[in-house]
Amino acid sequence: MARQTDATDEQIAIKGTRDGVSVTIGQGPWPELMARLAGRLEATRDFFKGARVLMDVGARTVSAAELQQAAQLLAGHGMSLVSVISTNAETQEAGRQAGLGLVLPQPALADNQVKTLPFVEGILLRRTLRSGQVARHEGHVAIIGDVNAGAEIIAGGDVIVWGKVRGIVHAGAGGDENAVVCALYLAPTQLRIGPYIARAPEGRAMRPRGPEKAYIRDGAIVVEPWQAQG
Amino acid sequence: MPGRVITITSGKGGVGKTTTTANLAVCLALLGQRVVAIDADIGLRNLDVVLGLENRVVYDLVDVVEGRCRLRQALIRDKRLSEMYLLPAAQTRDKTAVNPGQMVEICHQLRPDFDYILIDSPAGIEQGFQNAVAGADEVIIVTTPEVSAVRDADRIIGLVEAGEKGPARLIINRIKPDMVRRGDMLDVSDVLEILRIDLLGIIPEDEHIIVSTNKGTPVAHDIGVPAAQAFRNIARRLRGEEVPFMSLGGSDNLFGRLRRLIAPRSDTH
Repeated sequence: MARQTDATDEQIAIKGTRDGVSVTIGQGPWPELMARLAGRLEATRDFFKGARVLMDVGARTVSAAELQQAAQLLAGHGMSLVSVISTNAETQEAGRQAGLGLVLPQPALADNQVKTLPFVEGILLRRTLRSGQVARHEGHVAIIGDVNAGAEIIAGGDVIVWGKVRGIVHAGAGGDENAVVCALYLAPTQLRIGPYIARAPEGRAMRPRGPEKAYIRDGAIVVEPWQAQG
Repeated sequence: MPGRVITITSGKGGVGKTTTTANLAVCLALLGQRVVAIDADIGLRNLDVVLGLENRVVYDLVDVVEGRCRLRQALIRDKRLSEMYLLPAAQTRDKTAVNPGQMVEICHQLRPDFDYILIDSPAGIEQGFQNAVAGADEVIIVTTPEVSAVRDADRIIGLVEAGEKGPARLIINRIKPDMVRRGDMLDVSDVLEILRIDLLGIIPEDEHIIVSTNKGTPVAHDIGVPAAQAFRNIARRLRGEEVPFMSLGGSDNLFGRLRRLIAPRSDTH
């Protein structure tokens, strides 16, 4: 999807990103903002139809009912609200109540929090992630086992896989562009680091020759052999 | 000794769950075991057709659950094998007509009278699947050597693991030795590499299966047909015997590897 930014409305920013559609709600009374959002969606017609929406409501308190209202509004335009991004604990709870399971960790939202991992440094999983299984963690994720096609790892930090990656891995899900993904066999369906997405080449994919490491260089995800660092 | 409840499932439809259930039931019965096959695919029942028992269905699983008959009354004895029974699914209802607790209860009641209780699961991961695995002691996953079927099998294995049913075992159905040899089909080792569970058996693609399914006589009765032999081997493995895997041109045995080494060269002449 093309990147589309609309800077004319400061209260509602709708942005098509490669992650889905991000809707940022600015300051003001909620009903008024919803009315504005409705107007904006009307104007975009069905351009975003089928899109997954990540709604950033900032630090304000939003109730579950208000979130559901927003979800319905979006659903009316064929969009699904999958995630609410908020630095407010009450709002995060409301998001959970509203059934918005995916509340992405956003450590990069506050200026002083960039790259800090507030809770645990990382976790180690000793299992194979199968299709349909998702591992989500705000820190680093290390896994001894495979990440099969249809499985997902979403980590705030790095992802290290001692095994084969065939599914989707998202490192630096909170926006950390310095995150890396390393695997003994890196052949993901899709690889995401911070805001960037790379997908497997079409057709017969090239088989990795050995352990590889993916990271961001000059605004793109690059892959190189994974070697011990000095 | 109380019977073992084994659920046959796959995630994806059309990979051969019902055929596998019917043939394993026949093979186990031929080995002298007391077997009951339960069709858990309520609303889309097939097992009775494959076993050739369609015209004998009077009561079904839902009738038992809803108290219209006793469990014994709903069991249909096989035409050929006196120690094999079918508990058919209801055709006019759907998966919500039964809940997992009721399935557990039915399995519990059958255990003392049978050696094997085989449950034919519906496709999917919804309530029908949940019903089918609820009472299971072990789970057999059926897949075909296709990427989509393997993907669904992987999903199901994850769900079975989460349900703490113990490690599921795998049957790979419809292997075409010629295609594997040409490298046009996933072979056994490719599938196992992804799924990483124990292999219970491999079944070659076989036209006899279609014929026998349509006739209502499971292929396992036809001695000499490769697929029948494959099912018999699986039944023996379920009984705990060590039976070598058939050579089907995959890389799972020396013969297959040798053949694959030779095949590309002979193609060039």
